[in-house]
Amino acid sequence: MNITRRHLLLLLPAASVAWKYVLAGTPEAAPNYKLSEHWWGMLIDLPKCIGCGNCVRACQAENDVPDGYFRTWVERYHVSDYDIENPQVDSPDGGKKGFPPAKDVKGKNFFVPKLCNHCADSPCTQVCPVGATFVSQDGVVLVDPKYCLGCRYCVQACPYGCRFINPRTNTAEKCTLCYHRITKGLTTACCENCPTGARQLADLRNPADPIHEFLKTHSVHVLKPSMATRAKVYYNELDGSVR
Amino acid sequence: MPGVDGFMYPNEIELQWSVLIVLYPFLTGLVAGAFILASLERVFQVEAVKPTYRLALLTALSFLLVAPLPLQLHLGHPERSYEMYLTPHRTSAMAMFGFVYLWYLMAVLVLEIWLDYRRQIVLLSQSSTGWKRAIYSVMTLGSTNISERALAIDEKAGWLITVIGIPSAFLLHGYVGFIFGSIKANPWWSTPLMPVVFIFSAMVSGIALVMLLYMLITWARRQVIDMKCVDTVARYLFYIFVIDFSLEMLDLIHRIYEADESFRSLDFMVHSKLYLSHIVVQIALGTIAPIALLGLTQVAKLSDIARKRIYAAAGCLTLMGIFAMRWNVVIGGQLFSKSFLGYTTYKMGLVAREGLLMAILLTILPFAILWVLVKVLPPWPEASSGSIPDAEPAR
Repeated sequence: MNITRRHLLLLLPAASVAWKYVLAGTPEAAPNYKLSEHWWGMLIDLPKCIGCGNCVRACQAENDVPDGYFRTWVERYHVSDYDIENPQVDSPDGGKKGFPPAKDVKGKNFFVPKLCNHCADSPCTQVCPVGATFVSQDGVVLVDPKYCLGCRYCVQACPYGCRFINPRTNTAEKCTLCYHRITKGLTTACCENCPTGARQLADLRNPADPIHEFLKTHSVHVLKPSMATRAKVYYNELDGSVR
Repeated sequence: MPGVDGFMYPNEIELQWSVLIVLYPFLTGLVAGAFILASLERVFQVEAVKPTYRLALLTALSFLLVAPLPLQLHLGHPERSYEMYLTPHRTSAMAMFGFVYLWYLMAVLVLEIWLDYRRQIVLLSQSSTGWKRAIYSVMTLGSTNISERALAIDEKAGWLITVIGIPSAFLLHGYVGFIFGSIKANPWWSTPLMPVVFIFSAMVSGIALVMLLYMLITWARRQVIDMKCVDTVARYLFYIFVIDFSLEMLDLIHRIYEADESFRSLDFMVHSKLYLSHIVVQIALGTIAPIALLGLTQVAKLSDIARKRIYAAAGCLTLMGIFAMRWNVVIGGQLFSKSFLGYTTYKMGLVAREGLLMAILLTILPFAILWVLVKVLPPWPEASSGSIPDAEPAR
């Protein structure tokens, strides 16, 4: 075949795009893992959380999260029976080192672990100008750090405050549900290290997953349901004052 | 934690969008407003504002050239920004920025300026010498026919582009408003009125800027300020400002009356951290004062010198007020927690990539570009109507 200058000009852009994909490399193989067979979420059994901060420490160690930023954190709520709409909340250093004794033991005191809600209709994914953040086929919201511009629009769009800009990479970062672990049949670092089983990874597409029985038999809610994000982090016995 | 009152989600303590993102809507607003002023003469036949027509177009171009710089400087990876053109994410409001910007720059502004100046460029390419001749020759783009018929075609094409340009200017800035207004997670931003308020505030700021520039440059050139022109510009500024203020008040009253779950938090913020920039600078000094001053010129018979002083004061206050409005939207929208339980503080660096000095530099830069543009393409009536004796129109 004779390649003319015109052919070459037409081929060059296509070849450059193809080369970009070659440079991007192939993802790490996870044998026997089929994306279409999973739909990941998490169950947080609030009455079991003791605010030890193990999950936060495990997450930071597993994912090399910089100090002062959090893929997961724990909040402590104090709700007075005289003012249930205005809780007192603290989360010293994201609850990484646990909590000091509560100042006020009257009213309700409880802990609320937070993380990315891996929303099926995630506002962060919607606003990303280049599609660097996306919902994977198995329901995990991920960020491609090689593609992210660092425009911070996704950080603004997340209603739950789960995203941050990693100062080392200047790209958006958040909980990945330890994607590198769950695609190999392991659980997340936070679930693995929770001493009370308050955090449980849930595969909503697996009929044998205990999450289905739990959702049927317990009072389970998601955070900020008015945001209509189809969040997949389910909280057992979530108090109405939690934001 | 220092600078934090109450409870913030731990990732919220650091503000994401800095003073540079305040500048971005401020600069694009000036572009859109200046263009709308230019269109008054071109499309709506408001002959009185003709002396500002070309200056308005050049001002719009100067500011449009600088508008993407604050965004670029703010990105974590500016070298990847071209990806917005190659793989734009269709659901993202921000992804359209590149296209809206390019459309406005190339299809509207540059084309309109070129068509309007074409005769002058051709004449200058023939009358000048040396590197000036080379520059003007390149600027003709090889189109040197300045016969009456060709100029009539230019005129028609220019009119058509201005007609297309008006919705484009609305798109440019309404779209910037939509970037903020579509964030449902942030109640300070999330309102369908945001794009409309942005469009009207853009018109207000752009018109005020061109009015000030026209008076300043005319004074510097020791020429007589055309009072009929500035009176007309000021009258339009007054009308549009009243609409803008009404829209902002509508938004405010709606928020106060509805008082949803975010209201207490936002109300506290306006009365504490944003009191100076919102109540004092934006509303009192930057809106009510200039509207009152401009209103005074509509009802009272004042001398030329008094009106000039009032227009200058009102113009400066307007620009300050609109900048404060952008500040309050961008920075204010990040000072409170999405938990509605706490507040953080914005600490602006001085000598930093997103610091005060950079912001000042980016504010001065459009004026430097305008100075060059005015030198290359003089917008004065005598420059456009004056013929050059030696030059012969090319065929």
